[in-house]
Amino acid sequence: MAHSGINILFEGRNLTRLLGGLWISAKIAFIAIVLGILLGIILGMLRTLKNPLLRVILRLYLEFFRIVPTVVLLFLFYYILPQNFHINLNAEVVATLVFTLWVAAEMSDIVRSGLISVPRHQVDAGKAIGLTTPQLYRYVLLPQSIQLMIPATINLTTRVIKTTSLLLLISVMDVINVGQQIIEANNQHYQNGAFWIYGFIFILYFILCYPLSVWARYIERKEKLRNNG
Amino acid sequence: MVDTLLKVEHLNKAYGTKQVLHDINFSVTPGSVTVLLGPSGSGKSTLIRCLNGLEEFQSGQLSFEDQPIKPTPKTWQQLRQKIGMVFQSYDLFPNLTVIDNILLGPLKVQKRSKTEALKQATQLLKEVDLTDYADAFPRQLSGGQKQRIAIVRALALNPEFMLFDEVTASLDPEMVRGVLEVMLNLAKRKMTMLVVTHEMNFAQQIADNVLFLEDGAILEQTPGKQFFTQPQTDRAREFLDSMAF
Ligand SMILES: Nc1ncnc2c1ncn2[C@@H]1O[C@H](COP(=O)(O)OP(=O)(O)OP(=O)(O)O)[C@@H](O)[C@H]1O
Ligand SMILES: [Mg+2]
Repeated sequence: MAHSGINILFEGRNLTRLLGGLWISAKIAFIAIVLGILLGIILGMLRTLKNPLLRVILRLYLEFFRIVPTVVLLFLFYYILPQNFHINLNAEVVATLVFTLWVAAEMSDIVRSGLISVPRHQVDAGKAIGLTTPQLYRYVLLPQSIQLMIPATINLTTRVIKTTSLLLLISVMDVINVGQQIIEANNQHYQNGAFWIYGFIFILYFILCYPLSVWARYIERKEKLRNNG
Repeated sequence: MVDTLLKVEHLNKAYGTKQVLHDINFSVTPGSVTVLLGPSGSGKSTLIRCLNGLEEFQSGQLSFEDQPIKPTPKTWQQLRQKIGMVFQSYDLFPNLTVIDNILLGPLKVQKRSKTEALKQATQLLKEVDLTDYADAFPRQLSGGQKQRIAIVRALALNPEFMLFDEVTASLDPEMVRGVLEVMLNLAKRKMTMLVVTHEMNFAQQIADNVLFLEDGAILEQTPGKQFFTQPQTDRAREFLDSMAF
């Protein structure tokens, strides 16, 4: 039977299953990004306060999530911690948790460096009209640094989306996992099924990430022009 | 009404091991203008910043309206609504329009009604001749215009005391006059002020009292009229000469 390899995508429910897998990855990435950014903004602000103990703790938190590879974090939270503490967590929940904590850690650094780039005088001027510390952040410091934070945040987002490809390691039914199952189930009929499936997955990730990275570069360039002009 | 609005007793301040203010004592009566003079590095900015809690100090007692000030962040945050400050570098908030710069304190800190605060802000803008700039962003203004807005921003909180730290030092010469006039008008209306300036003619015109600071110590406290004609110390005389006054 002569047939083109691309048909593997359209056999049975393969396409729906692949897109379903992508949906799971995207959902986990989306929730983690939203929650992680919110948490990261708070942690980033806390890291600019004077409290030295808080600073050290948050710094260690950042370094931990930055140094430990994401795969190890996933294993740690999915296999090792539940065993030791006798809790049973659903793989998707674990994935969302790990990604959220990771995004929050990276985001705290983006927010902190944005905030400390606002000139010291602005803080004095804000205090001098009686702003409380939260008001100072809300009306003066965050609005003035958000432009600087946006490109780095978008880049973080693309990294998170790409890294969801590790989810199969804790057996989340993500797009890669579904893809592998399809390849195995069809390796009689489609010898080069892997090529088509992974090619398709590549395109899916590309469609998700490329516009984001173009957007980030555009904002960065605009910011540079604005600073020069 | 109280006899002294602000009282400073035995104020000492050091950066690390470097003592920059030595046993400062003075008081300010309501409605008076005190001019703080002294060579560069004598501690004028440091002193004025201690008076609204922007700098911490090691020892000393400040009192406002006969109430001792407990130097906690909370007390200072409250007091700054009564003690306005204007800086050399204007420091308007670049992310907000002129009117939003002015209204931020009245609306968010003092929680006043928008209608009432806006009415006052409009009146203040009129007094500094900048009515047309309410919706402009700070970057669209000249230095002199920015500084007049910065003064309005401080006045919008209805302060009882105003601190000015070399507010004309960054301005082009032709902009200086407009800003000084705003301050002279305030003095006429009996706003209590403490002014650091290098404009000697202006200082003589506005000063009820002069504090002469050198190396972090007050060498002389003299009524304005007297200071510029017969300073009590040789150092003050030399200072006046060096300012070609
Ligand atoms: N943040 C700081 N850390 C360490 N030393 C400082 C700091 N700020 C000021 N000083 C020092 O304190 C002294 C007083 O400085 P200050 O700025 O109060 O002087 P000034 O009279 O306002 O001078 P100028 O007329 O140049 O504005 C100076 O010797 C200065 O070097
Ligand atoms: Mg100074």
